[in-house]
Amino acid sequence: MTDFGFKLSKSSAIELDKVDTSLYERLCQAEPGARICMNCGSCGATCTAGPYSGMSLRKVILGLQRGQDVRSMLSGCMLCGKCSMVCPRGINTRHLILTLCRIYD
Amino acid sequence: MFLTMKENVVIIGGGIAGMEAARQLLLLGYNPIVVEQKEQLGGHVGKWHRLFPDMSSAQDLVRRMEEDISEANIFLETKVNSINRLREGYQVMLSNGVNIACRAILIASGFKLFDATRKEEYGYGVYDHVITNADLEAWFNGNADPRIPHAPESVGFVHCVGSRDLKAGNSQCSKVCCMTAVKQAIEIKERFPSARVWCFYMDLRLFGKKYEDFYIGAQQDYAVQFVRGRISEVSEALGGQIQVKAEDTLTGKPLRVRLDLLVLMSGMSCNPEMTRLARMARLDIDSDGFLKSLDNIRSINESNRPGIFFAGACTGTKTVPETLAEARAAALDIHRYLQKGL
Repeated sequence: MTDFGFKLSKSSAIELDKVDTSLYERLCQAEPGARICMNCGSCGATCTAGPYSGMSLRKVILGLQRGQDVRSMLSGCMLCGKCSMVCPRGINTRHLILTLCRIYD
Repeated sequence: MFLTMKENVVIIGGGIAGMEAARQLLLLGYNPIVVEQKEQLGGHVGKWHRLFPDMSSAQDLVRRMEEDISEANIFLETKVNSINRLREGYQVMLSNGVNIACRAILIASGFKLFDATRKEEYGYGVYDHVITNADLEAWFNGNADPRIPHAPESVGFVHCVGSRDLKAGNSQCSKVCCMTAVKQAIEIKERFPSARVWCFYMDLRLFGKKYEDFYIGAQQDYAVQFVRGRISEVSEALGGQIQVKAEDTLTGKPLRVRLDLLVLMSGMSCNPEMTRLARMARLDIDSDGFLKSLDNIRSINESNRPGIFFAGACTGTKTVPETLAEARAAALDIHRYLQKGL
């Protein structure tokens, strides 16, 4: 191919009505708590592994809602459960992460 | 036997603030005279369907309030032509030719629903499936609306339309629209359970009694999704769907979605009628454009003019219970003011 010196970049836009959220829906079936996250970020802020691995449960749930693959983030979780202590909505976050891992398996 | 003449109190505005104040003034032994521009009482609430937090009927509320003031003088389709200061009190001249001498006036002229056509980027009045919160309530009340599809599969709600918008001349938050959006999102899901519903917000301001519970309920029981990001642009897709653009500010990515129906949360803005009254009665206007209370903490119901009082959204955005509480407080203020003079 001739190199014309420019390229077309893929749009990074999220097509909200087209993204595949089946994984998120499956998670919600098993863990209804996944629906009531209000993106406060307490989980990510308290996460022991977060600063080193990029793990943030808020981002995991949001990513699922946007049809993204969040496995790399999940693998950073050490299952310490600190996030469940700080969640103001009382989401059983540790259990939710385990459930999600099981769904991915 | 002594004939006691009941003292006149002119109430400008026959919405819920004016009606509640009239009820209290009747109970206190006065002769309230309600002046309403429209052909019926009830104002904006009279056109609403259900009220949060208990989903009670707005129509019932207005009907009961009307019954309570059946003994008051009510002038419908009437405007105030002039307010003149007398040696003691005021002379109020109405458009129907009636002149009233009174020592106290209550201004309850309310707000004006923001005209959504002014936010051109949202396409209200341009595209087929863009409506406002008020249109949706009218439809809930049984009014046909061809813009609402028979079975919408995707519905979006836009918060802050004309609120928190300096360019539109409204810096204020309209307070009730966040909660109204959550309420209406739930009501849409109840009617169309398979529809996907998104609310596009900048902040969720759910401050009132049980508002937060509605929010949790909308997420948990109705799977309503909340997207933080203001819709920047609306266009029509082939086939008549609404194409919406926003930034998903939580993921930091641009976001697009096609919707069958888009509902704009028009906010509360200053009522031009209020500005006209202010000029007539030489009332001060506050820095936010609403009528200026004597003191925004202690004397919300009092104006800079003796004998002129305020109730409801003429001094700023209010919820229904706030407005009713203010109306009762204003009636008491008027009572004290008139007693003091005797």
